[in-house]
Amino acid sequence: MAFDEMTEGGGGVRAPYEKIAQWLETVPREQLQQRRLEAELFFRRGGITFAVYGDAQGEERIIPYDIVPRVLARAEWEHLARGLEQRVRTLNLYLADVYGAQNAMRAGIVPPDLVWQNPAYRPEMAGIEVPHGVYVHIGGIDVVRVDADDFYVLEDNARTPSGVSYMLEGREISIRLMPELFGQHRVAPIENYANELLSSLRSVAPRNSAADPTVALLTPGQYNSAYYEHSFLADKMGVELVEGRDLLVKDEVVYMRTTEGPKRVDVIYRRVDDEFIDPLTFRPDSGLGVPGLFAAYAAGNVTLANAIGTGAADDKVIYSYIPELIRFYLGEEPILKNVPTWRCREPEALQYVLDHLAELVVKETHGSGGYGMLVGPHASSSEIETFRALLKANPEGYIAQPTLSLSTCPTFVESGIAPRHVDLRPFVLSGSDGVRIVPGGLTRVAMRDGSLVVNSSQGGGLKDTWVIE
Amino acid sequence: MRIRIHHETAYTYDRPAQSVIQILRLTPRDHEGQYVRRWRIDLDHGGVLRQREDAFGNIIHVLSASGEFTQFSLSVDGEVETQDTAGIVRGATEHFPPALYLRETALTRPDAAIVDFARSAAGKSKNGPLDRLHKLLVELHDHMSFEIGTTDSGTSAIEAFQSGRGVCQDLSHVFIAAARTLGIPCRYVAGHLFRSDMVTPQEAGHAWAEAHIPDLGWIGFDPANGISPTDSYVRVAIGLDALGAAPVRGAQIGGSDEKLAVTVTVDQTAQQQQQQS
Repeated sequence: MAFDEMTEGGGGVRAPYEKIAQWLETVPREQLQQRRLEAELFFRRGGITFAVYGDAQGEERIIPYDIVPRVLARAEWEHLARGLEQRVRTLNLYLADVYGAQNAMRAGIVPPDLVWQNPAYRPEMAGIEVPHGVYVHIGGIDVVRVDADDFYVLEDNARTPSGVSYMLEGREISIRLMPELFGQHRVAPIENYANELLSSLRSVAPRNSAADPTVALLTPGQYNSAYYEHSFLADKMGVELVEGRDLLVKDEVVYMRTTEGPKRVDVIYRRVDDEFIDPLTFRPDSGLGVPGLFAAYAAGNVTLANAIGTGAADDKVIYSYIPELIRFYLGEEPILKNVPTWRCREPEALQYVLDHLAELVVKETHGSGGYGMLVGPHASSSEIETFRALLKANPEGYIAQPTLSLSTCPTFVESGIAPRHVDLRPFVLSGSDGVRIVPGGLTRVAMRDGSLVVNSSQGGGLKDTWVIE
Repeated sequence: MRIRIHHETAYTYDRPAQSVIQILRLTPRDHEGQYVRRWRIDLDHGGVLRQREDAFGNIIHVLSASGEFTQFSLSVDGEVETQDTAGIVRGATEHFPPALYLRETALTRPDAAIVDFARSAAGKSKNGPLDRLHKLLVELHDHMSFEIGTTDSGTSAIEAFQSGRGVCQDLSHVFIAAARTLGIPCRYVAGHLFRSDMVTPQEAGHAWAEAHIPDLGWIGFDPANGISPTDSYVRVAIGLDALGAAPVRGAQIGGSDEKLAVTVTVDQTAQQQQQQS
């Protein structure tokens, strides 16, 4: 039986949910239905959609928004936030290490081939000093809880984690549609996220830039599935939203074309993937990048957030080494737990996984978005056999984990209010002046009964997340 | 051997270019068997060259030129003293452990045909990795023919191997892909080859591969010629593939119809020349 964050699975109500429980008992179903439709309309009008990769029509979908907020008590959040900060500090130290001194490899903590053969490792970054030593300026750390005390990190996202616009829009919707309920709680604000992001980005400007550094957001363009978020964040921060063709590099300095002529850019919040960011260093066929950007970066004249090559820290095999890396770099015990992970590249682990496929979750080492995974307990025998063959053919490509009993939260579905599994993606900002985390994050909810897959590409929905005093 | 290298690249534009940026890997470094006596790069247009070292230890120059211009040219002139080291490269600038050079890239990804070819060539050897690599070199030199004009700079090892033809870049990519499937770290070398015979058509530059064997270190293999490099070879840049070691990667803003004319001279004495334009 999964831990329910409102009822604990029993008849009682946990303290943070007292008022929500009362509200759910009294609010008419028609009113909930009405508000859900209004929320959907809000998303549709705002153009807040996402494209599903692999969908032949490239159809834009509305993400289901559940109007019942997910609640965390302040003390729970404080514990979680400390763990997140510890985690992201470690990711940054690990990246500085793999592109620098290689201490963790020398100490035998991470096998060297996991660095050198990692497809997300960018050899071009070796020896480059990134401004202020920060690699992961924006980290999205996916966490789940299994009981009243324990949070597990499910996945680190150190490349270009998205979803923060949903977090912010979700808050706006709950304030607008449920002002009474919102007013009954002292909900920690998240509206300052864009300001915190901007402060964080400005703090990592190159040391040789002007006192008032210029930040720009680089997007692949309107055909990117997260374009809405790019324009949303640029707008909220009050910075230019640019595409590759809007930037140019002259003598290793990056400029943005403006009506008043070229203007130097100091910090680029880039939402263009590594491989596409500079055709003179990475893929030569990329039209999304800026020729010479990497040279400007190597010269220390511009900050890229996130740094190039951060994917070397966030795949699912490296994930399994993070607790050890926390001890190694910080000399601290991990605050958040790691899901036990079988690395199929290790023969004994592979054998165990093959013998227990029906009980385990198997994931691609470099996969994301809930694609290419096997949830053993919910899989048909033919799906299991397909994975058995995949694992035998390419054990390095997979890891396996036990199925976690993700916590559930009350959710408004066809049948009324019912528990549904949730996770949480808080956004962790790292600047030269420390770590900033707005309280909460993006709660994703598996709308189908019993489903553990919360990814929006797989039909997952969203909830507003309230950290309350 | 004392080898003089001189090349000129002239760019012309129908409509004036406003700015040009290029990453150049045109400058050799010293190591055992190779001593750079003198080397210089010149721009005829008022551009800026900034020198740096890339992650692989290559000397790079970042060329920036701006203003309205319809042509500019870049000239490289230098002299290198070489000795035959039986292909063994020692004392070169190395920033990565050999294991890095087992990475796959788009241009050096193997397919089943390359894997089979590598296994079958290596299978003809009962000796160590050096002998296996020599077998691979000989087999590949026999299997693929050197032919200009059937491939381009974006041709992958898989495509070149399928067609059975290519230039030194393609043969090197296939060699690299094959060696890596045997678990042998292997990399791409861009450089120059001095030829006294001038019988076969020459490319502007030359390319070959280097493989790493624990006891010997890095050893050169030139699949286009079926031999290990001699004192006729000048190493300029290394990379995981041709893209990573490319002599020039550039882009221009404004300007149309970029045309370039390249003249390369690699000679031992003033009489011996090879040219391509």
